[in-house]
Amino acid sequence: MEGAVPKHAPGQSPDNVIRIRDLTFRWKLGMPQVLDLPSLVIDRGERIFIEGASGSGKSTLLSLLAGVILPERGEIQVLGERLDRLGSVQRDHFRAHHIGFVFQMFNLIPYLSVVENVLLPCRFSDQRRLRALRDADSLEAEALRLLRQLDMTDATLLRRPVTSLSVGQQQRVAAARALIGAPALLIADEPTSSLDSDRRESFIRLLFDECARAGSTLVFVSHDASLEPLFNRTVRLSEINRSAVARRAEA
Amino acid sequence: MQLLILAWKSLLNRRATALLTLLSISFSVLLLVGVERLRTEARESFANTISGTDLILGARSGAVQLLLYSVFHIGDATNNISWKSYQDIAAMPRVDWIIPLALGDSHRGFRVIGTDQGYFTHYRYGQNQSLAFARGGPFQDLYDVVVGAEVAKSLGYRLGDAVVVAHGASDVSFARHADKPFRVVGILERSGTPLDRALYVSLQAIEAIHVDWRNGGPPPPGQSIPAGQAREMDLTPRAITAALIGLKARIATFQVQRRINEYPEEPLTAILPGVALSQLWGLVGVAENALLLVSVCVVIVGLIGMLTALLSSLNERRREMAILRSVGARPAHVFALIMGEAFALTTTGVLTGVALLYAVLFSTRQLIEYRFGIHLAQTGLSAHELMLLGLVLLAGLLVGILPSYRAYRLSLADGLSIRV
Repeated sequence: MEGAVPKHAPGQSPDNVIRIRDLTFRWKLGMPQVLDLPSLVIDRGERIFIEGASGSGKSTLLSLLAGVILPERGEIQVLGERLDRLGSVQRDHFRAHHIGFVFQMFNLIPYLSVVENVLLPCRFSDQRRLRALRDADSLEAEALRLLRQLDMTDATLLRRPVTSLSVGQQQRVAAARALIGAPALLIADEPTSSLDSDRRESFIRLLFDECARAGSTLVFVSHDASLEPLFNRTVRLSEINRSAVARRAEA
Repeated sequence: MQLLILAWKSLLNRRATALLTLLSISFSVLLLVGVERLRTEARESFANTISGTDLILGARSGAVQLLLYSVFHIGDATNNISWKSYQDIAAMPRVDWIIPLALGDSHRGFRVIGTDQGYFTHYRYGQNQSLAFARGGPFQDLYDVVVGAEVAKSLGYRLGDAVVVAHGASDVSFARHADKPFRVVGILERSGTPLDRALYVSLQAIEAIHVDWRNGGPPPPGQSIPAGQAREMDLTPRAITAALIGLKARIATFQVQRRINEYPEEPLTAILPGVALSQLWGLVGVAENALLLVSVCVVIVGLIGMLTALLSSLNERRREMAILRSVGARPAHVFALIMGEAFALTTTGVLTGVALLYAVLFSTRQLIEYRFGIHLAQTGLSAHELMLLGLVLLAGLLVGILPSYRAYRLSLADGLSIRV
């Protein structure tokens, strides 16, 4: 069971990319609840901005969506698959096949080249490799195409060690990696907070274009409310998370 | 395979530490296999010193002592065998050949052995090899001497050179048989055995140089007998030190041994060379095993070095693990990645260790052969050595489990959240 093909229960919209109901989470028994989400639904093709200050349960929510941790109670459905019902190996496979990630910084493996970094998801997921090969002759060609789309056109840049790239260049390599093999869901966690403010918007626009091309739904998480107008919907985590911890953080 | 490539690149990224770890593993492997190779070759060349001899005859003494002085030219006999007893034994119907040995003289640190022509025809070493001459031939005249390869090389002797034999094992001027010099007529081919480090003369020659000696001391002034005059005297040996015996049929070995041990007229001993060799090796074996133990410990130290290097790298690599997990790696992949690094380090270490071994063997082979008489064959790895290397690999993988499991636990706990 590779957890590959999303199933749809009757009465559910197949357009729900993420569907969370009555979800609670605490790190350890006896520790305070960090997440209490009555409902969160995100549809296919949405460009959603999840706004949350640190301590609002943001990284916990991302870990739950990634299938790295399991909720204490409640349902978490990604692409129609109940993650809370999958085993850890299946969740790992599911993540490899369907979710791309971009983090705040230090996204790259220092000892791999730019192209090798971009191709990493194809090493762990057959589905992403096959999808990457659908429109390209080789994996390398697809990686180069994505990098080109993301304004990484300079051939000398590609040969340099990834640690010598600027933060903005590193983030674009990370974006290419998240997008290769067209995962249905792309989660970006503060991907622009280490960029200059004038580069933020252009990076986000590149991300939008590529998500549209790959048909990926973008979930963009940030504490920076100034980016909000670029997205078609905003979810404020502090408003939907009923846990005491989150409310205290807000206060 | 993908992960092994990843592991390899990750090691290259930390090449300073990896290289040091690699060096410690390869040197420990070099030591282990080198000691093992030396052990085997030493044992081999030890056992190769004598072959084809069924019994060694000597005065009543311990088997190891008799073996040492008759074959290895180490130590001295406490008693001699009378010429009459020797002839009695030689006349036994089951005896095929017998080589007498008269010891006690030396030449500049090398033993001088009185014997007869039988030595050159019957003595066998190694895989049934007989003595061969590099130059010249056996002694014919009374004052002829045949020298071993090592003697000729280190003293620079050529055919026709004069040799003065000294009394006893130490070469001091007052105890030299300077009045009766010998002439080199033969130089033996190198055998890699103690044979290379000896000089050979006839039994009669031994008798002749001692003909004027009284009570083990040089002749009193005015009583010495010149070399020419000694030729005319009766030079029948009075006693010999030991003898090597070949039998017509091996099956009679124990029977002949018993008859010699029960010889009524003189207390004699006959030993089986093979049995005495293994007794002697048993004595040496303790030191030999200690050596092996030390080299095993060195391998363990090398592997602990790897363990330290891998474990201490883990904390700074948590981000790397988190990235790998975000692109789809399972904790099992993280485990396999660190195992891959341990495997790559140990395998490369073993391979470079073996390469170093052959480099060392190749460059020191002649030195070892000349200095210690141990012939190091340039052969491939023996099954036993391969097994040792396999054990090192296995130990490396076992050691790798610890950091791999720790990385597994860390990546389970960290998930994708990256802490700087």
